[in-house]
Amino acid sequence: MTQDTYKELKDRATSYWEARSNGDTPLIRIGTAMCGHAAGAFRVADRVKTVLSERSIEANLDEVGCLGLCYAEPLLDIKKPGRPRIFFNNVSSSDVEQIIEDYLINDLLPESQVLGYMGEGEVTDSTDSMENIPGIALQNRIALRNAGHTAPGDILQYIATGGYSGLYKAVTSMESSEVIDEVKNSGLRGRGGAAFPTGVKWSFLVGAPGPTKYILCNCEEGDPGAYNDKGILESDPHTLLEGLAIAGYATGASNGIVFIRHGHDGPIDRTEKAISEAYENGLLGENIFGSDFSFDIEVALTGESYVAGEETALMEAVEGKRSMPRFRPPFPAAFGVWGKPSNINNVKSLSYAPEIISKGAEWFSSIGVNQSTGTAIVCLTGDVNKPGLYEVPMGMTLGQVVDDLGGGVSGGRKLKLLQTGGPLGGVLGPDSRDIHIDFDEMRSAGAIFGSGGIIVGSEDVCAVDLTRVLVAFCQYESCGKCFPCRLGMEHLLEIVERISNYESKAGDMDLMRSVGGTMEAGSLCGHGQLGFGPIRSAITHFESDFKSHIEEGICPTGSCDNRKIVPKNTRPYATDFAPGD
Amino acid sequence: MTIFAKVRETSLTVEHDSLRKHIKGAIASQKRPTITVLSSLLAIQDSIGYIPNEAIEEVAIAMNTSINSVFGVASFYPNFRFTPPGDHSVEVCWGPTCHLLGAGKVLDEVLDQLGLEDEGDTPDGKVSFRFNTCLGACSRGPVISIDHELYGNVSESQASSLLKRFKDNS
Repeated sequence: MTQDTYKELKDRATSYWEARSNGDTPLIRIGTAMCGHAAGAFRVADRVKTVLSERSIEANLDEVGCLGLCYAEPLLDIKKPGRPRIFFNNVSSSDVEQIIEDYLINDLLPESQVLGYMGEGEVTDSTDSMENIPGIALQNRIALRNAGHTAPGDILQYIATGGYSGLYKAVTSMESSEVIDEVKNSGLRGRGGAAFPTGVKWSFLVGAPGPTKYILCNCEEGDPGAYNDKGILESDPHTLLEGLAIAGYATGASNGIVFIRHGHDGPIDRTEKAISEAYENGLLGENIFGSDFSFDIEVALTGESYVAGEETALMEAVEGKRSMPRFRPPFPAAFGVWGKPSNINNVKSLSYAPEIISKGAEWFSSIGVNQSTGTAIVCLTGDVNKPGLYEVPMGMTLGQVVDDLGGGVSGGRKLKLLQTGGPLGGVLGPDSRDIHIDFDEMRSAGAIFGSGGIIVGSEDVCAVDLTRVLVAFCQYESCGKCFPCRLGMEHLLEIVERISNYESKAGDMDLMRSVGGTMEAGSLCGHGQLGFGPIRSAITHFESDFKSHIEEGICPTGSCDNRKIVPKNTRPYATDFAPGD
Repeated sequence: MTIFAKVRETSLTVEHDSLRKHIKGAIASQKRPTITVLSSLLAIQDSIGYIPNEAIEEVAIAMNTSINSVFGVASFYPNFRFTPPGDHSVEVCWGPTCHLLGAGKVLDEVLDQLGLEDEGDTPDGKVSFRFNTCLGACSRGPVISIDHELYGNVSESQASSLLKRFKDNS
């Protein structure tokens, strides 16, 4: 790939995409990220193919990613020549034939299933613009800019919409130190949870001895309630690959590894397809754009382990071992994967890099507030009318997220709690509407923004019941390396279960605090250190729920009276290996 | 753990049964550039659905490491299983989002339908049931997965009718 062949490729991509997206043949797009998948999008896509071929209709079909409106999935849109895109929501496979007959053939719009239109062209008066939907209007999409618009498995669509121009600019016109300065100046902070400045992190790797150095991208994402990393990989994997290559150029790394959990087939397959496409087009491999810069990317899989998302445990899993954290120092920048200097970044952090390089640090830092620049990619789930994957500017309040984006708490109920930052994050009370999405503000409020999951709980949610599930998750996922976490989590779960069964003993609350303190002091990684977090924030904000279980033996919402299913931990712990076994 | 004892007993010289051939094929056909103990085990699980003792041995030979280290990795990740799986897989998410949205009742229904008390295989060996910590479609909770196809916003009655397919042919 030389600079000239890149320009040729770009021209070819642009004319191809213009013809496909705005040409004489209709283009049908279906959202097939995980939210779409769970809503039956693949069955809809199959049905569309069948109907098109049965009726010999000429139309192109693209399986795209998530537009953000997960509640409207399966979302199907049709772009006819000279018309805007018309979106049909909650389409089932039995609706397909009618939609194709009405709109594609007879040019009539059904009243009920049309969500809105997007783009230029003639529409009927009754059709609303998608821009009037808060879930679209309030978004400012950077990392997810192509999600729902271009097909993840088609590199030409990515290139035509400005893809790989950030990498081109970096490699052909910038020194690697300038790239790092640009990222530093943008104020980008790591989106994996720790919110460490990404540019500073990259600079640690610059001085490390080569030639083999690794940039790792963490898409373990075992947090229940978060799916934004998987969303990026499913919707637009090339954005991540470009970001990874930019990080490689900036730090002098030779290899990139995308680390994904086994079993998440959508993200894995689409990432691998994208990698092979990038190699075929010379955008990865030797001498990219005719420069001295060479970079390889591969996918590594982990088994099911939440702790594998911790950076040193991740490196162990890449090496094929048990994903247990390592002691630090030595730090990954000195001694990482296979003993080589390494740098670990979250999918979201890396996915911002292409646009930061293309549009500049100043543009990026103008979005957001205070020390939290850019956008927040929120996974809004739970008791909310419009759950979704929303990329909004940092600084939006949690109230706006729940009420404006989410359309309020479902069933007209009152807001009781917000669980943020994954299972190790915290629980916030109903008074949290005014808190801004700002790494520092949320931390001082006793929660973290973390990876972006926000779970909404209505007044029907019992804080003890939710805490029990969170603690059960943390116990199940403890890797077992450090005993304060391994035994502490079991102990905490035992106590919380006792409380939820109305069998608590005197002093249980103090005992939990004491166990939590030991875990915090004596665990190697964040899992043990933060493992008490869910309980601490729950007893801070919902002490009355705990009290009514302990003192009166009543669950305020009745949730704790249901059968409690918690999986047995299948990791072989002390009980499985009796001495002498 | 019984598998531990069994691995010690089996002989490393048994070369010519078809299971071993299959396992070796799975190890050899990995396409990703970096091959490790974990990647080999995942490839075997994908190919034959479980990790038999022979697989532990073959991975140890291929990766030039000990049986104990390989079993150490295999036993750590709960997605590996050591007995042949049922013909179909059913997984139900119990993560906090799905739990808030009623996964508990769906779980109850699924367990009742399958005649199970906990994770495991149905007595006729037809269905393997597992809990899952997150199937990744939280915005559509409660989510269940049947043979790796996801179903979202599942109610008890929908779960029950989805599972009917395993009853009709029996």
